[in-house]
Amino acid sequence: MNFRDHFAQTAATVETLTRNGETSLTNYYGERSDFLRFNKSAVRQPGSVTDIDVTVDLIAGKRRTSTSVRLTGTKDEDATRLHHAVAGARTALDGAPDDPHLAFSREPRSSEHVAQAAMPSKAQAVDAIMRTGKGRDMVGIYAAGRVAYGFANNLGQRNWHESDSFNLDWCFYYAADKAVKANYAGVDWNDRELDRIAGDAAKTLPLLSRPVKTIPPGGYRAYLAPSALHEIWSWLGWGAFGIANHRTRATPFLRAIDGTGELDRHVTVKENTAEGLAPGFQADGFVKPPCVNLLSGGAYADCLISPRSAVEYGVKTNGANEGELPQSIDMAGGTLARDRVLKELGTGVYISNLWYMNYSDRNNGRVTGLTRFASMWVENGEIVAPLGVMRLDDSIYRFFGSELEGLTAERDFIIDPASYGRRSVDSMRLPGALVGDFRFTL
Amino acid sequence: MLESIERAFAGAVPAGVACSLRVERTIEERFTVRRNAAEPQRRRLNTGAMVTVEHNEGLGYSATTDLSAAGLRRAVDDAKDWAEVSSGRMVAGLGANGFTSARGRYETQENKGWNDIPPTEKLRLLGELSRRLKAGDRIVDWGAGLHHTNTESLLLTTAGGRIHQETKVLVPTLFVVASAGGQTQRRSFGDSRIGQGGFDLMETMGLLDAPERLSREALLLVEAPECPDANMDLVVGPDQMVLQIHESIGHPLELDRILGDERNYAGTSFVTPDMFGSYRYGSELLNVTFDPAHPDEAASYAFDDEGTPAHKAYLIRNGILERPLGGASSQRRANLPGVANARACEWNRPPMDRMANLNIEPGASTFEQLIVQVERGVFVETNFAWSIDDSRNKFQFGCEWGQLIEDGRLTKVVRNPNYRGISAGFWRSLKGVGGPDTYAVGGATMCGKGEPNQAIRVGHATPACLFGAVEVFGGGQ
Repeated sequence: MNFRDHFAQTAATVETLTRNGETSLTNYYGERSDFLRFNKSAVRQPGSVTDIDVTVDLIAGKRRTSTSVRLTGTKDEDATRLHHAVAGARTALDGAPDDPHLAFSREPRSSEHVAQAAMPSKAQAVDAIMRTGKGRDMVGIYAAGRVAYGFANNLGQRNWHESDSFNLDWCFYYAADKAVKANYAGVDWNDRELDRIAGDAAKTLPLLSRPVKTIPPGGYRAYLAPSALHEIWSWLGWGAFGIANHRTRATPFLRAIDGTGELDRHVTVKENTAEGLAPGFQADGFVKPPCVNLLSGGAYADCLISPRSAVEYGVKTNGANEGELPQSIDMAGGTLARDRVLKELGTGVYISNLWYMNYSDRNNGRVTGLTRFASMWVENGEIVAPLGVMRLDDSIYRFFGSELEGLTAERDFIIDPASYGRRSVDSMRLPGALVGDFRFTL
Repeated sequence: MLESIERAFAGAVPAGVACSLRVERTIEERFTVRRNAAEPQRRRLNTGAMVTVEHNEGLGYSATTDLSAAGLRRAVDDAKDWAEVSSGRMVAGLGANGFTSARGRYETQENKGWNDIPPTEKLRLLGELSRRLKAGDRIVDWGAGLHHTNTESLLLTTAGGRIHQETKVLVPTLFVVASAGGQTQRRSFGDSRIGQGGFDLMETMGLLDAPERLSREALLLVEAPECPDANMDLVVGPDQMVLQIHESIGHPLELDRILGDERNYAGTSFVTPDMFGSYRYGSELLNVTFDPAHPDEAASYAFDDEGTPAHKAYLIRNGILERPLGGASSQRRANLPGVANARACEWNRPPMDRMANLNIEPGASTFEQLIVQVERGVFVETNFAWSIDDSRNKFQFGCEWGQLIEDGRLTKVVRNPNYRGISAGFWRSLKGVGGPDTYAVGGATMCGKGEPNQAIRVGHATPACLFGAVEVFGGGQ
């Protein structure tokens, strides 16, 4: 399947079906993925998915409707499906009320991003996992292949974003809930690089064989590795930075906005589209700026503003997606050298991963969640024992504010392995964080 | 369409290859009114199929939108390639089990058909609900919505199986946000309102009477004191019980978790295979069933996605753990009994163990009889936040609505009511189970699990319940 040619053909078909006085917006998603799920170093569910999902928005005057349809890659069948989709959208338009927040790009800005690469064959993928898991308890998922996003309208705009990538996301388990999490993601598969990452991860396994350290609830010095911060930002990003969250006073950064809560001045976070993996355009045809400052020097800065919200709140859009969620979070690093983290931590908790974040009190930026995988108890700069699972309950104004002692200079680029409906194109670039007092409750 | 696919499938499978085809055609419609403005109507037509092949003790699947004879042949070849490269490398118990020979049909019963109500009437109704939510300047956000999904599926197998099912699921939404000073509070109809049936579900769920109450309660919460921090009795309304069951009974009983499949993502379970038949999960009042035949519930069906006939079964009876939530594949792997719960979220994801309908059987107490037992406690309703560890043991839930119980009576409203506990002990503190007058049908619209990830609808029907000595707390810095 050549998604690019198929997109061009789809856009042309929709344009032909669009009548005078109508505007059509076509959003195209193509995916060809291999998924290889494994457990206990054996194959659990191997398979492939080929998917083409096209959404046509039809606009007449101030009315708009949206119709999505799966296409097949077969010319005649797809032409028939698009004809029915557009005809159905036109019928729906007849009864639709005016949309007071109607917004779409009227100034064509076309773009193209193509990053093709050779992916491992089915046999290579299975062999690599069998080799890596040999003698170990390895569980996880390998996902690889092409995803393609396209936007077209009948004003002549065409945007195309196509990339090939792989993401091998797994754990080596010691026993029960004690495991080391690892990930190998990228575009150029290299067996030796996989072996290196797997070898590094395996070095932690002997530490997990030590008796588990159980600590009572309370405040502890803590180091949060980049993968732990990834869990925090994945949660906070959901509802923190959209202008709708800001204007309806639903963001967890409410106290920072009102001036009743302070973040540390070293906390700087931006939506870095230029260095992320997500497309640089959105579903209404607006092109995203390279960067939007979300938190700057500890202060709440700019919001992500979708075209609809821009009309609703009378501001200018910055090309955010409909949900106003960040896709390419970039948190500035600090001066703490990663190889000094344990020494600087002294005695406390090394949190490799967090899990299942949510709110204890959203107005106060208070969140909860749990330690996971190879989180460790550290004494005098040395790892002593794996940590029994602990529940945190603390505020962003403490761990990103009064209790933040430092951010690492080195940052990790974390490619989201999620695949709800589609393979994610989200990513984050994050440091680790040293926190003077981190609260656990259970 | 289904007849032509059936013919194409028959011609696509080479002789001697064991194969199944699961075709799905889904029509989703969404109507939304937010802040009294109708958003564009959304309609999604989603058609595709998954071919699964067992060959030479290997297994593979291939999912495609191309349902032509040539498209299905390519999918069969692709799945067979996977089966060949996984041959001899599969998890023990998979790869040579064959496919179902069951034949049957299921269809949701509608009293008032979704398609009998024109879109203009749906929008008019939502517009009216939306206007009734805006009760003053402190209401800063509000909205109403309808999400309807009609899914027709056909499972065909080379063993002669043919299962045709059609489900119609409705999710109504209603929310209101009040804000004053530094306090923002949300009150909603709940994300757990989901049911199988027709447009009449709107009335049976109580949506039409809810707007004024929700606005009034949101405004009360903004001014309310924080929920106290104390160890006390807790009465949980059915729309919060949905999450309590889901996270601390449903997920830990999934057999694929117990077998370790989910350890890299959704987690493992504190439940181990040796516990079935003897482990005391809860007090004697706790009776939990898997019930795929409940007519109104979101995940009712006659067969699961592996084609296993579905029947009601007790998972926990009088507090004792009897069987896990495991479909036929997991049952073979674990050598344990289970239920018909192998489900896929759509055509492009393979089946795995899911909750489907997981319910608490009602007791005999009225709501008042639950409350009157409590000297000091709190009544909570409508989930706002949920979090549980990867073994499904240490949990924390936050609710939208809280009300103190003092000397057997509901008294003042409190905001940010949270509670936490440990699954293994929490259910043993169950000391009151509400009767039919407290019983409600709900569920979860987006239960996430699996690699590749899958979000699926599940049903939970439950009464209100009373728990003793729970760690309750409120918000604050």
